Amino acid sequence: MSDIKKIALDGFWKQNPGTVQLLGLCPTLAVTTSAINGFSLGIATAIVMAASNASVSPIRKFIPSEIRVPIFILIIASLVTIIDFSIHAYIHPLYKALGIFIPLIVTNCIVLARVESFAAKNETTPSFFDGLFMGLGLALVLALLGGMREFFGKGTLFSGIDLIFGPSTSNLVIHFFSDYNGFLLAILPPGAFVGLACLIALKNRIETR
Amino acid sequence: MFKDHFKKMSITATSMIIFALTASTALSIFYLITKSSIEESDAKAKRIFLNQVIPADLYENNLAKDTISIEPSPFLGNKKNIDVYRAKKNNQVIAVIIEAVAPDGYSGEIKTLVGIDQDDKILGVRVISHKETPGLGDYIEIEKSQWIKNFNLTSLDKVNEKQWAVKKDGGDFDYVSGATITPRAIVKSTYKCLLYTKENKKRLFAS
Repeated sequence: MSDIKKIALDGFWKQNPGTVQLLGLCPTLAVTTSAINGFSLGIATAIVMAASNASVSPIRKFIPSEIRVPIFILIIASLVTIIDFSIHAYIHPLYKALGIFIPLIVTNCIVLARVESFAAKNETTPSFFDGLFMGLGLALVLALLGGMREFFGKGTLFSGIDLIFGPSTSNLVIHFFSDYNGFLLAILPPGAFVGLACLIALKNRIETR
Repeated sequence: MFKDHFKKMSITATSMIIFALTASTALSIFYLITKSSIEESDAKAKRIFLNQVIPADLYENNLAKDTISIEPSPFLGNKKNIDVYRAKKNNQVIAVIIEAVAPDGYSGEIKTLVGIDQDDKILGVRVISHKETPGLGDYIEIEKSQWIKNFNLTSLDKVNEKQWAVKKDGGDFDYVSGATITPRAIVKSTYKCLLYTKENKKRLFAS
């Protein structure tokens, strides 16, 4: 049990993919224009990571080490496509909201990195939790960064929540200013870099205390 | 020496083939399981849009079933034959819904449904698919903003040729600064769709 606790701590804090490993920056920068966007892509990534770690770990002894990377990618790509199909078929609103980002999870190197560095060396259960917690740690960073950029860029928080959790939640959207013209820099890619830098600085500051 | 290498290579190749086969089998199975649901949910999404483009109380037929097929036209940007949906009342075609493709979005094609009534007036426009930047160019979606409603009740007579452009280019249509290419593409494709309807009016509205 303490193993899983350590894995969770690594995923959320010590080895957080978004602020420490700095892997998977492609979605971090592109998708985090709102808290909901970031959070939903983070959750989708977490599902893929848990599934890919859990499926690579039991067969790791059958994978020849020379061609392990192509096989890992093959497995990850198949899983992502399966998840893409399922979301498209059964949760259409979510599919509309995340659309083109789901296939992009394949190119997110954090997925391959965890498979290569953890699942290929460990038992199935810890591998599953490693993928899950690393993914959730990334989701947390994406949601925070998305929230920051949304707040500064559009003056709102949780916009688009009704697309994911149903129309009844649309009154949860918070509008901070009645007449806000928007701060475009926060929404554009440079805003993502600046925002991420602030998050990393904040984390480092808390750690050095 | 050679024998050893050959043995190793065969093992590598065989395992690669086995993994590829397993992965493709899994994908095919999932494709078959989800295929009908995917088509259904796409059709459902399109039906919702059909009713937004032409208000449901204006017609009495089943839009999805009353279609005519039109061939590719540079005005519409379609590469294959597409269906035009026709809204009828008392057996008279009162409006048509045409799928227009704007090829020049910020990242790829933007597909819209344009509803046009028998007086060449636009009843409504909705974006059915696009790849514009999330949070920036996606205000063309009705879920994100009301921008697309700017087209309602416009026509070739009401808005002259030069004004079929975004305000930045001296036209009539609003845009969000930082994302001008997206609305520019839609304004253009909608304008061309109106031209197409005018040219082919007899055929489209024949009852």
